[in-house]
Amino acid sequence: MRYEAPKTLEGAIALLSAANGQARLLAGGTDLLIQVRSGRAEPGLLVDIKAIPELRSIVAETGGYRIGAAVTCMELIENEAFARDWPGIVDGVKLIGSIQVKGRATMGGNLCNASPAADSVPALIAAGAVVCIAGPLGRREAPVKDFVLGPGRTSLGNGELVASIQLPRRAPHSGDAYLRFTPRTEMDIAVVGAAVNLTLDDKGVCRHARVSLGAVAARALLVPEAAAALVGTKVDEAALQRLAAAASAACRPIDDKRGTKEFRIKVAGVMARRAAVIAVERARRQS
Amino acid sequence: MARNHVSATVNGDQVEFLCETGQTLLEALRDELRLTGTKEGCGTGDCGACSVIVDGRLVCSCLMLAVEAEGKSIETVEGMATGETLHPLQRKFIEHAALQCGICTPGILIAARSLLERNPDPTESEVRYWLAGNLCRCTGYHKIIDAVLDAAREMRGD
Amino acid sequence: MSTMLKYEKKELKIVGTRPLRPDGVDKVTGRARFGADYNLPGQLIGKVLRSPHAHARIVSIDTSAALALPGVKAVVTRDDFAEMPDEMAAVGELMINFRDVTRNMMAREKVLYDGHPLAAVAATSESVARAALALIKVEYEVLPHVIDVVEAMKPGAPLLNENQYTQGVKPKPDRPSNVAKRLEYGRGDVAAGFKEADVIVEREFNTKPVHQGYIEPQACLASYSADGQAELWTSTQGHFVFRAQCAKVLQMDVSKIRVTPTEIGGGFGGKNNIYNEALAIALSRKSNRPVKMVMTREEVFRGTGPTPGANVKVKIGCTRDGKITAAEAELNFQAGAFPGSPVNQASMCAFTRYDLANVRVVGNDVTVNRPKVAAYRAPGAPIAVFGVESVIDEMAKKLGFDPIEFRLKNAAREGTQTYYGPKLGPIGYVQTLEAARAHPHYSAPLGPNQGRGIATGFWFNIGNETTCSLNLQEDGSLTLVLGTIDVAGGSRASMAMMVAEELGIEFERVRPIVGDTSTLGFNFLTAGSRSTFASGMACVIAARQVIEKLRQRVAKIREVPLEAVAWKDGHARPADAKVAQFAPMSLAEIARMAGKTGGTIAGHAEINAQGAGPGFGTHIVDVEVDRQTGSVKILRYTVVQDVGKAIHPAYVEGQMQGGAAQGIGWALNEEYVYGDDGVLQNPGFLDYRVPVASDLPRIDTVIVEVPNPNHPYGVRGCGEVPIIAPMAAIANAIENAVGLRLCEQPFSPPRVLKALDDAAAAKG
Repeated sequence: MRYEAPKTLEGAIALLSAANGQARLLAGGTDLLIQVRSGRAEPGLLVDIKAIPELRSIVAETGGYRIGAAVTCMELIENEAFARDWPGIVDGVKLIGSIQVKGRATMGGNLCNASPAADSVPALIAAGAVVCIAGPLGRREAPVKDFVLGPGRTSLGNGELVASIQLPRRAPHSGDAYLRFTPRTEMDIAVVGAAVNLTLDDKGVCRHARVSLGAVAARALLVPEAAAALVGTKVDEAALQRLAAAASAACRPIDDKRGTKEFRIKVAGVMARRAAVIAVERARRQS
Repeated sequence: MARNHVSATVNGDQVEFLCETGQTLLEALRDELRLTGTKEGCGTGDCGACSVIVDGRLVCSCLMLAVEAEGKSIETVEGMATGETLHPLQRKFIEHAALQCGICTPGILIAARSLLERNPDPTESEVRYWLAGNLCRCTGYHKIIDAVLDAAREMRGD
Repeated sequence: MSTMLKYEKKELKIVGTRPLRPDGVDKVTGRARFGADYNLPGQLIGKVLRSPHAHARIVSIDTSAALALPGVKAVVTRDDFAEMPDEMAAVGELMINFRDVTRNMMAREKVLYDGHPLAAVAATSESVARAALALIKVEYEVLPHVIDVVEAMKPGAPLLNENQYTQGVKPKPDRPSNVAKRLEYGRGDVAAGFKEADVIVEREFNTKPVHQGYIEPQACLASYSADGQAELWTSTQGHFVFRAQCAKVLQMDVSKIRVTPTEIGGGFGGKNNIYNEALAIALSRKSNRPVKMVMTREEVFRGTGPTPGANVKVKIGCTRDGKITAAEAELNFQAGAFPGSPVNQASMCAFTRYDLANVRVVGNDVTVNRPKVAAYRAPGAPIAVFGVESVIDEMAKKLGFDPIEFRLKNAAREGTQTYYGPKLGPIGYVQTLEAARAHPHYSAPLGPNQGRGIATGFWFNIGNETTCSLNLQEDGSLTLVLGTIDVAGGSRASMAMMVAEELGIEFERVRPIVGDTSTLGFNFLTAGSRSTFASGMACVIAARQVIEKLRQRVAKIREVPLEAVAWKDGHARPADAKVAQFAPMSLAEIARMAGKTGGTIAGHAEINAQGAGPGFGTHIVDVEVDRQTGSVKILRYTVVQDVGKAIHPAYVEGQMQGGAAQGIGWALNEEYVYGDDGVLQNPGFLDYRVPVASDLPRIDTVIVEVPNPNHPYGVRGCGEVPIIAPMAAIANAIENAVGLRLCEQPFSPPRVLKALDDAAAAKG
């Protein structure tokens, strides 16, 4: 197994393309190392992208943010401006493993690893985030919600990598939140994850909402029916109940060692509701 | 198999070693540099016994390749004391009986030190959540929390 | 000359205080060396090939390709180890069937669990060793497997051992069975007792295997020399027992193996047996180089022994005024691949907290296709007590009694006849109940969905073979050589404290070390909460021997009769000024003259410590249940325990807190998860969920001291009792919080939520 640490994006793309599927990208490595050491992955080449400046920066632009794919979780959490605008995304990032794991792991890697239970993904989908991809044929963009195709699979073609994740400008009176259910307080993979992103008008009525669920299907789901339950309401008890029911109804979970189908379906509704309560409180505080 | 050459700084000393691409920083520290203070408890980043500080960041050395240490500054438990003078955390751990078998202790000391460098006055809850990545099976964490809070007090000069 | 020493109440200067432990600095600086921290020049790395099947016949093993791989220096399989007779052999006081030991170490006819070793290699690097394992070709004939204990007991279940007939059944059965042994304890007449009862409560409980969860995987380093001697460094709870097991399976003289115990990163009973040690010695013998073998975390889960899972039935009958008239239990324990679950200890611990005239306990030791179980802190007792203390609590509630009052009404006291044999001597059960009742925790207010539970535990504690030697150095300092492994880092300090107390000198003048197997006679494992009791006893005997010799030397030097010399505060002084006067002599002064007056002064002890004092504990826990997710949060926890005498209170507190934390993990989230294929699905700390720091509250401790009359300082063991009560205490707390009686462990959120939903459906 070889190791390269290119200093430019073009260099990384060239290495990836030439390897023809035999290379893996190394950002934080907190998933990749486990896969390699257990034999689940056997790459011939590791392409370390941490020396590429574009991939390591957090840039405020056009009112939104562009986050390099190799920015670590801790760096993102410590970015006060970002945390103020997108606390829900930061909620998710804060749950990607221990402090030690977050010191290396990246949101880009969490997304590309494409676990159905990835903690950063539901809030990114709810935020309407966009993935900026670079490859041998140039650059392209894709909404996060279409980027993950299934467990371990993304829409990246040969030689392509995620350069950054883009967040749009934040409207006033907006708030987002991500909650997950785990048996312990920390250190577990999400059994269910729920993200809610919403915008209120200046009368406190919800005008825009997106709800996304993680760990209840082969990939994180956008649940329009759950969002519809909130739009046009003041996010009162009745709306929250409809939201919870819609969230539960949208689940297509499996039974596994972390949770049963029934449990996930039930708790998806509970988590979505609790996330919505936090999101609306944050929206009310945001001018 | 060709080995990679790595130069780094460990506990303030310049070091060099050879390693296979697949070797972790933990393995390089223990097997190439013979610094056995950092422990392997699980090899998958779930127990924190391998915690070290790299360029100021708390990380699991079992989740980092040795080649990634090139040019980096690494701090392990062996560098916490200054000569014969123990770091306040080390002293408080002994005073409070915050260790029993001691296998998790190096990782927890490094993690606690990282916390106090960022947040010199943490609450008990903040200490517990920061240390959630460090498993201890002997103590139930109670005396560990006492020792960290007491060390923080001393380091603040309260 | 070593007779047991009795308790004497006296004023203490060191015992009962909190000096700093002697090995602490090494452990906080990374200097202390655990199993994997030892290396020898030229060493090879050893790795084990493990079965991927739960049950299969081994048709053939072809190691030729592995042996041919450059860098591979030795390979061992079943062919390299002798057959052992199917009989119990003594190792100290342990009776072990070596037929099973050698098979668990390396499979012979069959593989009996996912993870069962069947070959091992030694190579020049870890990556070569792994590559070699992949080249070993094994032909398996996969067989049907059984992992559920109730299923395994049924006739027609797949059999692990076609030659196993249930012991303890008369007449001897004519068909083999997975039930290796049936045992029964009892007294009185339970049928009559149940007839007398006004209320009967009967429940069935199921538990899963849980692992001791020590953070340090097993690690050893073996070096075999061409003259037939072997050196072994290993992380172990009993280096003498390991030596004996290795010697037997390798057919070597015990004296030819020298085992040096490394620092141990947790054991809790899981490091009482060999796994890789004999393999490493055999590989070293074959390759003529040292061989180092360190388990991965996955191997620890798949290959080492957890505690049993079990099916437990409990029935208790009681009169309206709260007197238990009959108690019955059936304990069906998974032994894993070979017989030997702790169903015996569990049977003895089940009801011993209560004074009962009519008791019957039946236990079954059942083989199943899982790893062979190993001891885990009070082996078996937490499982039995989960059932019994849950039913006790349910009974108390049904009759309208406060749970502590009910237990006090039926409590075992000094003189209570147990149902398994002895009468109880002075014990502190009642005192722990009363201290719990008086504790502010017991009467603190509770909020919605919050509940409080109590439960109690008992463990016999043991003594067993112990040796030590105490040498006075030429400058008056002392070296104390111990044979008991210091698992938690407190016992070295506690032994030195007792010696310092006896001699009347500063604690820092006594340097305790744990010697290797060549330095002392046989010492039993550090298990059974025995070290402070038995090793402490041995140290006190050795210290008193030293004092005797010091007095004799001073009598000679000062030319006075022996009776005129007393030992006080580290000095030889006149016993009675009227009888004889002389200038006192310090330890250092006498030591300087030792050579001239007859030679080095030393004391030693070789005892089989008897009279260990049983320990009792009462736990109080507050929980909060999230009705929408089934999550159970531990809000507050208090451990009250009788330890006889806390030699070093901080280490005793540590045992109480640590045991309670393990019990909490056992109750809430820990379990082995198997697929239908009999393969373990969660062999790692991600999905085998031990409590993390943010899961637990502070754990308050109350030390009760009812001295054990059979120890000079009144010591009972303390390490095991605290893990026994938590499961039942938490089950009882959940019942009080949300009205659910949970009988299946762990009380994980999906299970709790389902129970809540089922209960709501039944009501509505």
